[in-house]
Amino acid sequence: MPANKNSVVMDERAVRRAIARMAREIVERNAGTEDLILIGIHRRGVDLADLLAEEIEKGEGRDIPRGSLDITLYRDDFSAIGPRPIIGSTDIPGNIDDRSVVIVDDVCHTGRTTRAALDELADFGRPGRIYLCVLIDRGGRELPIQPDFVGRHIEVGPHEDVAVLVPREDGELAVQLRDVE
Amino acid sequence: MTATVEFGKDLTGLERLTAEQITAILDVAEPFKEISERQIKKVPALRGKTIVNLFYEPSTRTRVSFEFAEKRLSADTVNISRSGSSLQKGENLVDTARNLEAMRIDMVVIRHQSSGAAEFLAQRIPSNVINAGDGQHEHPTQALLDMLTIRDNLGSLAGRRVCIVGDILHSRVARSNIWGLLKLGAEVAVCGPPTLIPHGVGDLGVRVFKRVEEAIEWAEILNVLRLQLERMHAGYVPSLREYNRVFGISEARLEKAPRDILILHPGPMNRGVEIDSHVADGPHSVILDQVTNGVAVRMAVLYLLAGGSPDRAEAAKQEDRS
Repeated sequence: MPANKNSVVMDERAVRRAIARMAREIVERNAGTEDLILIGIHRRGVDLADLLAEEIEKGEGRDIPRGSLDITLYRDDFSAIGPRPIIGSTDIPGNIDDRSVVIVDDVCHTGRTTRAALDELADFGRPGRIYLCVLIDRGGRELPIQPDFVGRHIEVGPHEDVAVLVPREDGELAVQLRDVE
Repeated sequence: MTATVEFGKDLTGLERLTAEQITAILDVAEPFKEISERQIKKVPALRGKTIVNLFYEPSTRTRVSFEFAEKRLSADTVNISRSGSSLQKGENLVDTARNLEAMRIDMVVIRHQSSGAAEFLAQRIPSNVINAGDGQHEHPTQALLDMLTIRDNLGSLAGRRVCIVGDILHSRVARSNIWGLLKLGAEVAVCGPPTLIPHGVGDLGVRVFKRVEEAIEWAEILNVLRLQLERMHAGYVPSLREYNRVFGISEARLEKAPRDILILHPGPMNRGVEIDSHVADGPHSVILDQVTNGVAVRMAVLYLLAGGSPDRAEAAKQEDRS
């Protein structure tokens, strides 16, 4: 994707503050960390789920189980995408029945990724509650899906794209707005 | 950016693939292993695809493995075998395939006694064709699962010393393994009776051992092939006992090895002929891991070949941020 110029909308400190706030909101909404599981959507959601879990663990003093989900095989445009994307690992920690699962992703846009994640989770069990937590909500939903916890809402123009950078994938933690042709 | 590797319509052999493509199949197979460990062993990736398993030769393991792979990807499958079908009535391969095409299928998995049958079919029908073994030519998914199993156990294939033992001459498993292993940078040797070693195999960069003791001395991995009984009747080996005495992989022989040797066998095994039970069931045998990996590798191949076209892929990439 040719990017002409990148502007930083959130630097590392801003992202960390947003994550700290969302961590508190998750604990508050869930009335504690009992039964809580964080599941990051491959790839950047996995890193964000780890950051969130560390933040919750700091405040609550107990380990939060986390997992990862690659939704490629559940995409609704699967037969249309050409050369196959390489799939990441799916790792659901233990039984998710009746537990509170927080799906963590970097960006919420059309809602289709979340739809796929919900379908995939249903094949693993029946959580008591599923929440959606995203660092960036850029609008543009095509499905009736809304995040429960949002780091920041961002307006993205027709020739722009939003990129979340995370330590494991990109070596830094930030959110950029990029011009695209 | 999502990493992608381009694949053609078909998988007829590893000779045609690049190292990058082979590595991609092995990498993609990795996450597919997990699906078979789930309670609900099914993902919707190939929902609505119709796959025909067209088996002109008897096969249990390969056919069942393909069928599990197809079903775990939610494809609809039909099995056609020689007995009890029009294949027995003399219909030729292309007519059979065209009739199947007329019923709107998407993929054909073919096992055939003639070398080149898969390629022949692939050039004549629009469906994806996957070679499940053609004559003495190739059996690509078997070699891929062998390579995945070696990689699981030893980390990588580059520089590994693999010796294929047995009937190399008639073996499509050997041929696919040789192509695949060489492309991924492994050192390959073969070992067997001179009557069953093809002429010119050395030209491919493959070492030839006449004595199995030398092979054991050299190798880190032994891929022990089944001695097909019909070879004995054709006079390639004097007797099964003689074969076992000279080339059989036994505990006593392996104890002399300077290192632990990983033991592979594509099955079905003739215990007491090419491999002794102590070895087949021993601590360094990964024969059942091969079977487990077979399903994952075949899921990966089906996934990589099914549907899709590059131009639509570009469009999908633009939509990727969701």
